This record gives sequence, structure tokens and C-alpha cells, in this order.
Amino acid sequence: MSGAELGKRLRDGDLAAAPAVLNILESRAPGDLEQAKALLHEVSPAALGGEAQGHIIGVTGPPGAGKSTLLSALLRAWRAADGAAGARARTVAMLAVDPSSKRSGGSLLGDRARIDFDPSDRGVLIRSTAAGNRLGGLAPGTRAAAQALAAAFDVVVIETVGVGQAETEVADVADTVAVVVQPGSGDVLQFLKAGIMETPDVLVVTKADLGKLALHTRRDLSAALRSLGASGPGATRVIAVSSLPPAEGIEELVSALDEHRATLDLAQRRLRTRRASALLEFASEHGEQGLRAVGGRREAERLLEGQDPGLDAPALVAALEKRMAA
Amino acid sequence: MSSDPTVRLAERDRAWMMRTYAGHSTAKASNELYRRNLAKGQTGLSIAFDLPTQTGYDPDDELARGEVGKVGVPVSHRGDMEALMVGIPLGEMNTSMTINATAAWLLALYVVAAEEQGVAQEQLQGTTQNDIIKEFLARGTYAFPPAPSMRLIADMIAYTVEHIPKWNPINVCSYHLQEAGATPVQEIAYSMSNAIAVLDAARERIGSARNARGEPLMGDVFGRISFFVNAGVRFIEEHAKLRAMGILWEELGRERYGVEDERYLRFRYGVQVNSLGLTEAQPENNVQRIVLEALAVTLGRNARARAIQLPAWNEALGLPRPWDQQWSLRIQQVLAYETDVLEYPDIFEGSKVMDGLVQELLDGARAEMAVVAEHGGAVEAVPYMKAALVDSHRQRIGRIEAGEQVVVGQNRFVETEPSPLTADAEGGILVVDRAVEAEQIEALGAWRAARDQGAVDEALAELARVAREEDSQENLMVPTIAAARAGATTGEWARTLREVFGSYRAPTGVGEATAAPADHELAELREQVARLEEALGRRPKILVGKPGLDGHSNGAEQIAVRARDAGMDVVYEGIRLTPAQIAASALQEGVHVIGLSILSGSHRELIPAVMEELRHAGVDVPVIVGGIIPEQDVEPLKQAGVAAVYTPKDFEITRIMRDILEIVGRHNGVPASV
Repeated sequence: MSGAELGKRLRDGDLAAAPAVLNILESRAPGDLEQAKALLHEVSPAALGGEAQGHIIGVTGPPGAGKSTLLSALLRAWRAADGAAGARARTVAMLAVDPSSKRSGGSLLGDRARIDFDPSDRGVLIRSTAAGNRLGGLAPGTRAAAQALAAAFDVVVIETVGVGQAETEVADVADTVAVVVQPGSGDVLQFLKAGIMETPDVLVVTKADLGKLALHTRRDLSAALRSLGASGPGATRVIAVSSLPPAEGIEELVSALDEHRATLDLAQRRLRTRRASALLEFASEHGEQGLRAVGGRREAERLLEGQDPGLDAPALVAALEKRMAA
Repeated sequence: MSSDPTVRLAERDRAWMMRTYAGHSTAKASNELYRRNLAKGQTGLSIAFDLPTQTGYDPDDELARGEVGKVGVPVSHRGDMEALMVGIPLGEMNTSMTINATAAWLLALYVVAAEEQGVAQEQLQGTTQNDIIKEFLARGTYAFPPAPSMRLIADMIAYTVEHIPKWNPINVCSYHLQEAGATPVQEIAYSMSNAIAVLDAARERIGSARNARGEPLMGDVFGRISFFVNAGVRFIEEHAKLRAMGILWEELGRERYGVEDERYLRFRYGVQVNSLGLTEAQPENNVQRIVLEALAVTLGRNARARAIQLPAWNEALGLPRPWDQQWSLRIQQVLAYETDVLEYPDIFEGSKVMDGLVQELLDGARAEMAVVAEHGGAVEAVPYMKAALVDSHRQRIGRIEAGEQVVVGQNRFVETEPSPLTADAEGGILVVDRAVEAEQIEALGAWRAARDQGAVDEALAELARVAREEDSQENLMVPTIAAARAGATTGEWARTLREVFGSYRAPTGVGEATAAPADHELAELREQVARLEEALGRRPKILVGKPGLDGHSNGAEQIAVRARDAGMDVVYEGIRLTPAQIAASALQEGVHVIGLSILSGSHRELIPAVMEELRHAGVDVPVIVGGIIPEQDVEPLKQAGVAAVYTPKDFEITRIMRDILEIVGRHNGVPASV
């Protein structure tokens, strides 16, 4: 099936098109790259008549913080028809990014086994990808995949491993970023204070069943955020959850994510994402030389700002390439 | 003859208890087998349950498909247990049950079956394996998360020590750790750490209770904990391992649990010798391996097994037949009754070599136990231990592949005459009648129709109530026995508890496995992967998983780790997958190839079912299958669309990887020269 057809199917809300869409977006074969452009064109804001309605949520945190268990609980909440505030069941696509082995380039993608979900549920898609050699924790194609899937799924989760720098690129792609920490993890506190880590939209403290320790962690994180000047409406929410049965705090987390999305200037954030993606892609394709040819990074950014906000990322890349050739 | 008591015992020792791990098809067929085995001189029973019974599913459950009556006997309710024990006096029999997640349930059924025979529970003797930590680590037949699993075990200990005093409520297993690749040090350290976790849970459960004689009940509990160990072919070191375990056990009793009574401090163990080292190639060689391994657990009187069961020569080929098992029983009988092994005091007493070996193992084990303790004990350290086992196994396979570890007939002395042992139509193994599953499902329907449904509902509701009371002093064994008596089924009991406790997936250990050291062959593989990636546009991606209920994941794990080391992207889904699940994963993940592993003999049902689901989902990728696949099943699997089949004789994983890459290349029209 051609990229354009797949894009149209996504636009029509056909979730079954998703696996084939991802096969194309992850591929670097020349033929697939062309298909990918056609596909993304079909789900561009211009084609959709606005931003894709799916909520792109980045979930990141150090290994062992309880991300998989948390995501299992979130999945259950999103899929429950009578979930938070009587909402309808939401369809969910989860892009789980695992690190690659530096030595072999290979990777063990373990999230599928760790996340508890009903495999017969057609409203859930889990796709595991390897980060490859890219810094910043995102697999090639994950940016495009998130943007495309948001046209068909209600929620698109990008899960990455790490803390510190890793969430930076997720923040570029996601509408809402949730950082997951376990009780007693002082490093996150240090990273926040030192500004190594950007302030996330939601901070989740897992394993609330650990009681006091979890409460202390939540208190310390809240204090650190206040000292960074984050307070008032739109400030980072810190939520303690226990994902083991009986789960606690999950509904609160669902609402916090929803509330962040509601306060967001979505068009602005997505536009920024598309421009950043285009610049990243252009730079990785043509290098510093390419950037110089368009008059430098600042000039490239200005050029992108001048483009139609409804364009998809490949179209923005094409604009840069046109200037380069000129 | 000398009568010097330091040289010769005044009276020849009594032989250990002799068992055969047996059970298949139906309760009736297994009962007949048990009675024949007892007539042949077997002195105890060792029940093998089928995988649905072990994991808490009824034969009509989707997950049970292909597994009913395969690796053991299906026992779904008290009627099955009664049929299994017909004509076997339970007041006199010593029965060992290899049952873990559902141990409380099967013990309850055994208690009720005994009642039917007019035997009170106080008289029952035997063992429930009941070691859940090793299920998380190595064997895979767990059902509930760690915390409620430990609660069930503590409840069983508290119940049996009071009501079934001659029962061993748990057999702490080092056996399966060795099967999963553990070194002797790991085997000692992890099983001892495991015992500590169990004993700590029991101590918390019983508190400072005292027995009828006014002594602390903890002594009785300690005295009832037995071990189930392994013995490999390096039988001198293996014997040293058992001596080391005895020393650690006594130390643990005295120091950690304040046990003083010598009788309680004795390290008691049963054994099944090593199956991991048994080969498919020249399978007759397995007989001498088994004999030598039996020496490890019988030679030295101070560390001799209480009970022995030996595997059969053909376990790497398929399920053993009664005759194969008879051969293994006869090995025990020759050893016990023809040789002089039982005539002497401990023959290693004072041996510098033996003492030195024991000391080495003790030092190593203590250090490793400290690491487990640092992780917060065995339950918390499951991911650590699992990863360590996967790593040890990877190294073991590497040594065999490189020829550093000799396996006669497999990587050395491979020239052979055709074996007459495998010349018959079935290839020298037991083939379970495929009609068994349908019969069991029908019989189960009849059982459900005939029982008092109201009584069953009530009993299960009571079970759920007690299960929900987390901190109560109520013992789960009580409603479990009541539900058994009322006629509930294995699946109903387990489902009731799953609903309260939640379900669980154990860590796979593969993510943490150390990357293989780069060698020439691996470098070539990576090159091949890189070329394929160029041609495909994406890095070759493989889905590795185990359909069905079989939890023996060693093979699948090693394939997954090696595929990663070769540079592939690996989706490892672990155990207990339905064919529909595998198809959905393959579709969603966009993999280029699927690798499936089955050791339970259910490949004839499950693999075609997977192929059908894949077609249904529109997934057109090659499927390869590995496991204990009898020769005569290979062709039918290929007919069903399987691209390649690997069995235990294919021990060179690198070659398997090369094959897989070629298969993927061919399937995608990538020329072989690429």
C-alpha cells in the first residue's frame, strides 16, 4: 500500500493502518523515504484542517523507576470506558524506545513483555523501537511516527529510558512530558536544581505504597520546583501513584495530563516541534555544510518561521533544501 | 571382613527413596503407571502435573490448548485426584508433587482424596515443591505476583506444621537453577537465599508460636524444609557442593533461626540429576552421564540424598516412555543393592581435596549470598539473579560452541553408527494421544454439571474473602481445602486468587545480559546484519517468544541475547503466549522474522495454530521453531509453513543466527551476495 493511501487511512481513523505506517516511517530505504513524505503530507495540519487531535505524551525516567507498571495502569485507565469522569475509552499508541547496545548496535526491546495489556484489544498498539546511535533518546522515525499516529489515536505515548538529557528530545516532540521517578531518587532532584533537566510538565513519584519515603520524595520535589519559580496555574504537578493493585493516584494522573493538554497552545507547540524536527533532519542529512549553505542555523530557523504553519516536517525540509540549492 | 567401624558400617544403610517423575494423559492412565512402577520396586511417588494444572488453568482454557496431559497428568478437581490415587494407600505412601504456584490447591485435593480413603491428614507424608522464587527465575510456572505467592507459601508452612506434620511443605529448589545455567556457587547461594526468604516469611507468619512440647515452632518449621537439588556430570565438585550446602544450612538454622535440635538442623534433600547436559546426539551416552551424576549424590554418606529420581536417556528427544523410566529406576537399584556404596561411613571424611573444594564453594557462596542480601533478599533480587543466570548460561553455551567444554558425541567424537534405540516409528519416545485434550474437556463439563454449584460458588467466595484480608491471621489453606471438598476446579481456584492478587510477569533477564565478547564470528554476523539493514531499510527485527504454558525459557533467552549481540533488534516477549498474541505482536512490531521455542511437546498443536493466526493477521514473515522436536515432527512443521526447525543437537547458536539472516534475506528478495 502506498504512503499516501496509508496516510489517508490514518486520517480516517483507521487504526489497523498503523503497523504499516510505522514500517515506512522507520525505514531509511530510498523508496520508503519517498512514501514517508507522501504519508506525512496526508496527515499534515493542512490536510487535517488543523492539528492532529491525539495527545502526544512523553513518559521518561530512569530504569527501575516503575515506568512499565505505571504505563500498564495508565493503559487500563484510558481503555476503561467508564474511566476518569465518565470519559469514553481512548485509543492508545505506545512508542517504546529502548537503548541500543553501543557494541553491536542491536537491542533487546523488552517493554512489550513488561507492559500488561489485553493483546486482543484493537484499540491499543505497542511498537518497540531502538534508539539507535542517536543522542537524546529517540529512535529515528519516532518523531514522525508520533505526529502521524496522533491523527488516528486519542493518545500517543513516547516512552524513553533515562534521566537528565534523555527527556530533552522527548520534550521537543511531546505535547506533555511526564518524568517518572521512584521514591528516594535524589539524582532527579539534583538535576532539576542544576538545570541539567528541563522542568517536566508532570512529575510522577511511583511506588506510593512505600509510604513515608514516597511522601518525602514528593515533598522534596515540590519544594525544588517552587524554588525554581514554578508555581501558580500551569506549574508542574507532582503526583504520587501506586501502580500495584489496588492502584492509587492513577485517575489523578490522568486528569493532570488532560489538564496540561487543555492549558496548552497546541498549535504553537506542534509547530515548534515540526520546525525543530525539520531542522534536525536537514542538519543530519546535509551537515554543517548544508547549514552554512542556507546562511547558518539562525537563518534556517527564520526561513522555517516564514513557512505555512500547516506544512508537515518533510515539506519544511524541502523548503530548506530549496534554499540550499538556490 | 574387617569390623572396624571407621571402615565399615555395622549395618548396611537403608537405601534412599526411589522415585520416578511420572504422569501423563489422564489420571486413570497415570494411576496405572504408578502402580506398575511401585510393583517394580519404586518406593515413593513423584507426580508430574501437566502445565495447565501447574499454572492454574482448566483444560478448556485458551492457554491450555495443546498442553493437556502432555508433560504430566491433568488434575482439575478432587475427582481427578481420587482417580489418580486409586488403590494406592495414602496413609503409607510418600508422595512428592512437583507443584508450585498451585501447590496449596493440589495439597488440598490430596487431603480430600485421602479423606475419601479414610486417611486423616495427620498421617500424610510427602512433599509439595512450592518454591515460587525459582519459578520466577528458571521454570516459569508461576501464577501470582511475588508477595501473595510468598503469603501462600507461608500459609502452607503454618498449616502443615500443625495439621500435616510429616509433610514437607516446600522443597527449596536448586535443581532448576542449574538447569538454567547456574554455576555451583550460584546454585548454592541462590537456593540458600531463597530458603532464607521462605523462612523469614514463615517466621513472620507463625510469630513466637510454640509446639505441643512447648518449644519454639520455628524449630519444627526449619526441620520440615527440604531441598531439591541437581547434580551435573562433574560429580566430584557436585558432591562437594552438597557438603557445602549442608554446612550452610546448619549454620543458618543455628545463627539466624536459633534452632538447636540436631535433628532439625540436618540438610535433607531429594534430587533429580541434570537434564541440561543430556544430548540429543548419540542419546545412549546419556545413560553413563546419569549414572555418574547419581554417584555425586550417593557416594559420601554425610551428604547423601534422601530421595532420588533420575531422568531418562531420551529426555532431549521427547517425553520418556515407561520403559525408559524403568531403565533409570534400575540404575538406582543397581547402585543401591548391587554396589557397596551403602556399606561404609563417609568415604570423603578427612580428604584434603574434598575439604578444599567445599571451602572454595562456601567462600564463593557466602560472597554471592551477601550480594543477594544487599538487593534486599531473594524476592527483591529476582531480576539480579535472573540476569546472572542468563549470563552464566550464555557463557556455558559459548564454551561448548568453542569446544572448550567437551560434550562427547556433540562437539567431539561425533562419528556414530545409527542408533537402534531410536529406530522405531515414534523415534523412541512417548507420544501422547491427541484425543486426551478433548476427553478431558468433556469430562470437566460433566464434573461441573454434576456438582452442587451453589456450594462451589460459596466456597470460592469465601476463598476470595480470606485472600482479600491481607493482614489477617486466617490461613488460606482452610478455604482452599473447603473449595476442594466442594468440587471446585483448578482453574476456578486460581482465577479466584488471580482476581484478588493480580497477575504477574517475571523479569526475563535478557535485557541485563552482558554483551558477548567480540570475536571473529560475531563480527562477521554483525557485518551480515549491517548489509541486510541497508537492503531492508530497517535493522533486522526478530520476535522471540514461547507459545503455550511451557516456562523453560533458557533456549529462547539465549537466542534473544545472541540476536542482540549480532546487532538485531529483538522483541523478546517471554513465556506463556497465545497464538493470537504472537500474531498481534508480530504485526504491531513489524518484525522481519519470528522465532518460537517449545519444549513441552505441544508444538504439533501450537505451531500450526500460530501459522494460522499469522495468516489471519496478514503477517507474511518467516517463522523458525526451536525446542525438543522429535525428528518425525520436523517435516509436518515445515509443511505447515515453518522455515526452519532447530533441536538440541543444533547447539551452535552462531550458525542458527547466520541461517536466520539468510532466511530473512531470501524472504525479502535480498540477493545472497549482499
